[in-house]
Amino acid sequence: MIYWELFLGFLKIGCFSFGGAYSAIPLIRDVVLDYGWLTSDEITYMIAVSESTPGPIMVNLATYVGSTQAGLLGSVLATLTVVLPAFLIIVLITTLLKAALKNMCFQAVLDGLKNCISGIILATGLWMVLQNCGVESSFDQRALILSAAVAVVMILYRKIKSKRISPIPLILISAVLGVVVYGV
Amino acid sequence: MKLLIELFLTFAKIGLFTFGGGYAMIPVVEDNCVDKKGWITHDEMMNITVIAESTPGPIAINAATYVGLRRGGLPGAIAATLGVILPSFIIIYAISMFLEDFLEIAIISNAFKGIKIGVGFLILDAGINMALKVSRDAMAVGIMAAGFGALLIVDIFSLNVSSIAILLAAGIISFAMYFIRGRRQR
Repeated sequence: MIYWELFLGFLKIGCFSFGGAYSAIPLIRDVVLDYGWLTSDEITYMIAVSESTPGPIMVNLATYVGSTQAGLLGSVLATLTVVLPAFLIIVLITTLLKAALKNMCFQAVLDGLKNCISGIILATGLWMVLQNCGVESSFDQRALILSAAVAVVMILYRKIKSKRISPIPLILISAVLGVVVYGV
Repeated sequence: MKLLIELFLTFAKIGLFTFGGGYAMIPVVEDNCVDKKGWITHDEMMNITVIAESTPGPIAINAATYVGLRRGGLPGAIAATLGVILPSFIIIYAISMFLEDFLEIAIISNAFKGIKIGVGFLILDAGINMALKVSRDAMAVGIMAAGFGALLIVDIFSLNVSSIAILLAAGIISFAMYFIRGRRQR
């Protein structure tokens, strides 16, 4: 049943998304592709939409998948499910487990998880870039040109402003590049 | 009841202005909950950041639950958490109704082909940044490299292994290493 699947899938994502804004992306890709809710391209589009609208990526993705799979009810269910673990953990920690956070063993495991997820995100980003260029089938010339252009923009921005480009301008620039490169 | 409504509305406002999630929302929460409302202290705000870092879930949700719980108990936590997700819920729900039709327009579809490539680089950039922050310690770097290698192999060979399994393995190894290292030091 779709509601049960949405519940299970987004509960998994909610439980294992440690760290910053991007750490849920590998898990979301895993779960969403596994259930066949969205294609790889649709996930990428939704990441862009999420970056340009308010709210954490995993909450946005849950709302979107829930809505496209099972309408308003599915969308409410998926959104509430994905925040449930975070909610329960904060309630538990502030009421009962304050000491647990200072526990060395607990900290060691959390550090391990965080280090591992850094590697996982790095691999996910690298694989997405390679996939977009067509590494799995045949190389797509336009995608290669676009990738080179995006990489140049990011590196130049960093050199000139000495900070990382924020997501929204980068998304806008790559949208314009897409219209130009795929339009001609 | 008044407090619950105030928590709900304040966090709805915070939810509306946190694009992309993550650390961008820390100053917004601080401005609203510490400076304007005095609901929590600056120290508590630091605590929230640390707790959010080491527990699952976006920091926006963690902060809302924490502040709500401190000010209004469990009902407060529920009001603040629902408030912080409501704006993004409404926006994405609206988008979900028309995104597919929208993508059929040629120029939009080309723009999204470009965006797809941009997002790949965005995630790669975030990954590089996170990897650079991993402490220079053989064990930390080893676990990161193992996570990187394992997921890349899974992707390249389209293996049916979940990244959750890789994470669990990392957790178990860290747990074991904690005891092995502890014993050596004694």
